[in-house]
Amino acid sequence: MAKPAATATDAPSLEAQAPARELGPVFKAAAGPAKWADDRLGLAALGRKNLRKVFPDHWSFLLGEIALYSFIICLLTGVFLTIWFKPSMAEIEYEGSYQLLKGLHMSEAYSSSLALSFDIRGGLLMRQMHHWAAMLFIAAMLAHSLRVFFTGAFRKPRELNWLLGVGLLAIGLIEGFAGYSLPDDLLSGTGLRFVDGLIRSIPIIGTWAEFFVFNGEFPGDLIIARLYMVHILLVPAIILGLIAAHLALVFYHKHTQYPGPGRTEENVVGYPLYPVYMAKAGGFFFIVFGVVTLMGGLMQINPVWTFGPYNPAEVTAGSQPDWYMGFVEGAIRIMPNWESHIGGTTWSWNVAIPGLGLMGLMFGLMAAYPFIERWVTGDTGEHHILDRPRNNPTRTAFGVAAMTCYGMFWIGGGNDIVATQFRVSLNAVTYFLRVAVFVAPVLAFIITKRICIGLQRADAERLLHGAETGIIVRGPSGSYGERHVPISADEAFTLTQHVEPLPLTDGSEEEYAGVPAKEARSERLRRKATRFYFQDNLRKPSRAELEAAAHHQALEAGHGGHGDGHGDGQAPRHGHEDNGHDGHGNGNGHHAIGSSESESSTH
Amino acid sequence: MSSIEKHSPSRVERLGDTPRYPVADPGMEEHVPRLTDVDEAAADRATRQVAMMFGLVPLLAIAFVVIYFAVPKSWFIDFGPLKANAQHVGLGVTLGLAILLIGIAAVQWARQLMADTEMVDHRHPASSSDDDRVAIMRDVDAGIEESQITRRKVLGRSLVGALAALGLPAIAVFADLGPWPTKKVRAATIESTIWAEGVRLVNDITYEPIKAASIVIGQLVNGEPENLKDLEGTAFLQEKAKAAIIVVRMDPQTIKIPDSRKDWHVGGILCYSKICTHVGCPISLWEQQTHHLLCPCHQSTFDLGDSGVVVFGPAARSLPQLPITVDAEGYLVARGPFTVPVGPSYFERDSRNDYKQGDN
Repeated sequence: MAKPAATATDAPSLEAQAPARELGPVFKAAAGPAKWADDRLGLAALGRKNLRKVFPDHWSFLLGEIALYSFIICLLTGVFLTIWFKPSMAEIEYEGSYQLLKGLHMSEAYSSSLALSFDIRGGLLMRQMHHWAAMLFIAAMLAHSLRVFFTGAFRKPRELNWLLGVGLLAIGLIEGFAGYSLPDDLLSGTGLRFVDGLIRSIPIIGTWAEFFVFNGEFPGDLIIARLYMVHILLVPAIILGLIAAHLALVFYHKHTQYPGPGRTEENVVGYPLYPVYMAKAGGFFFIVFGVVTLMGGLMQINPVWTFGPYNPAEVTAGSQPDWYMGFVEGAIRIMPNWESHIGGTTWSWNVAIPGLGLMGLMFGLMAAYPFIERWVTGDTGEHHILDRPRNNPTRTAFGVAAMTCYGMFWIGGGNDIVATQFRVSLNAVTYFLRVAVFVAPVLAFIITKRICIGLQRADAERLLHGAETGIIVRGPSGSYGERHVPISADEAFTLTQHVEPLPLTDGSEEEYAGVPAKEARSERLRRKATRFYFQDNLRKPSRAELEAAAHHQALEAGHGGHGDGHGDGQAPRHGHEDNGHDGHGNGNGHHAIGSSESESSTH
Repeated sequence: MSSIEKHSPSRVERLGDTPRYPVADPGMEEHVPRLTDVDEAAADRATRQVAMMFGLVPLLAIAFVVIYFAVPKSWFIDFGPLKANAQHVGLGVTLGLAILLIGIAAVQWARQLMADTEMVDHRHPASSSDDDRVAIMRDVDAGIEESQITRRKVLGRSLVGALAALGLPAIAVFADLGPWPTKKVRAATIESTIWAEGVRLVNDITYEPIKAASIVIGQLVNGEPENLKDLEGTAFLQEKAKAAIIVVRMDPQTIKIPDSRKDWHVGGILCYSKICTHVGCPISLWEQQTHHLLCPCHQSTFDLGDSGVVVFGPAARSLPQLPITVDAEGYLVARGPFTVPVGPSYFERDSRNDYKQGDN
């Protein structure tokens, strides 16, 4: 039998322990200051509640940590950069040590970026670390948001934290853009010019916005200084605030956990913050920091000196923004050239829709999704056990479809590179992507949903037939079959613990009698949505089916005479035994939810 | 709650609906001890590993300082794929390894030596208890009562009005973020360039005037107006951002020249704005045989043999053409300013006069 789990309340409390212990010199030295601080701050009460807070362990929970740590690295390296960087567009003659640009007229911003790269010891390292960490920050946020999405961690009570995350992602893009615009080299200037065109394209207020942002006509003389303020003060302050709120909510809600034995909606299983996570998470900070430092030292990024100072009459082929702006760039590139000329006005759909509309759509859909799903399921409960992505095939399919759509736009951001590298026509790539951004997500949706349902079948197979052993046995009749062994009770529980939302059949006319038409329409739509979401799901085997399978398996085992499957060190607990199945029965009676009307309407 | 909710089937199943939760929770897994839990030698080994990693950090930190001061900036590493400044690489590698070792050592310590028995904490619903809710509402009501805000409504209303009014100054201070793009301001800025009658076309790097005779068929020259060199600083950049041109010479027999633009070219030498009508990149990729000009930013393609119409890509409007002629010395000069604003679209732009395919 499993030994009873140690609970936090069983752990000896600090007070009880303190008097009896022999303190070492370090603790003795710390005791005085600790008392001094506690007299003023009441730290013991605070620490007692939180020091041994339990966090579950899983590699996918590290993605958000990477995002947090890379942001801290950006703050640290950014402070170094601000010591030297001059956010000024004043024109000077370059006098630094990079010979190829000597004597050229350029802005102080670019000149100081060159000085950071060539004349200040460690400057290039800090610049490259800063840029790599920024790329990693957004990549980790995106990966983290995918983890949260696919496991359903955004469900109640965490919807607000999901919104904070969406906000962080959106504002992270702005922060990154403002940052890479600062060096005022040819590439960053080209990016700014694009933004000028983008702002201009906003219907009605575009020109005003342009003049207000750039202090007049592009490029003006203030945009670098303004972006500097945005980049080092305004946006980082907002990001810090959002991160603080994000983490506070993680702390308050306690972390979600993956399903497993002993994991319930009412508990959280894992290791204590102190000392395990202080060491693990603290150590992981140093690992991320160390890797970013090595990247900064060994991998070149944004070599601004090769681009030259900004010159509004020049551009290089292959100019692209940082990767996270690639999907917007792609949308801009593959958008058909729609523009309306109404009277004396110009409505620049070809720029405004992909440039502003796409970002708005992406973050809008992300923000809305938890509420859409909640409306469909009508689920009002709290969820702390994560979904395995296969158990919500429609959500998973939506996620993969969105990733595919993003990916198509992203490829569009490099359509010229794709064309030259693969020796295909640039025009063909563009036309293909114009279709693919709509068609590929649909295909991805269908394929993903089928894969998820296939995986659900595989789970049912393991539950009813047991695990494959790889041992082929010849039966008395000469037939061959593979021997299966029952899976452990732990695994059987993990595979069956999930909540099964069910599709709803449309209500009868009487049911809607007396209900306001609008409400009835909404309910009809909701029920249709539940069918779209859930009717293809495979239902997990019922207790009766599992018992029948186990019985069948026991018969087989007795008949065949190989008494395997039991007593192999996985003694089931709580008396629920024998959930494996060794025969060649074919999934007796478990089928897709939608295929049985009686089943779907009996709830 | 509408009547539907009462009728509708239960929406999701909850844990405890036993028929659909066929396997009972077997409880937490048994704790499997690690090698370091049962074998003191293994634990000692892990301890040595961790201490060794921590111990290397001071050495690397000293190496960093030595490299910082002792390696001259002129030293260069050229080793396999690594071609970089020696000081830069040295600083990055020593610092990176030092930081990384602290991290790996700490994680190794946690994984091998710290207790690894899983603990269980209980969750509480995120919501407050009913008691708390009742109590807080009582407090809120008491506050409302004591403040007299419901009895003397004018207090609340005037407070809201006062706070809202503060929004006006908050907005007004941003009114001077930039000049207001009124019709007059637009005409003087984004709608005009420094091109004027008689302004010479010059090479954009050397500022040498361009002689008609010096351009051969198929050639493209990047140009600027001669008067650009009189400008400096911001004004220089702002004008350059609009006035940049490209001059191409094509065989007049192979291109379409509409009647209205018959005298805009000099024997097949045509001049166009270099600024893309999409989002304003300077266009520069010239396909000599097809007379197409491709923007490297978003691949809009313009046919310079057909008055600059768009043949591919996201740009919506033709590239503006600059009417040119030659002066007494044989140099190319503008016959006047651009007839339409150059560069990307904006809301107030009157785009009815731009050249459209098939215009005459």
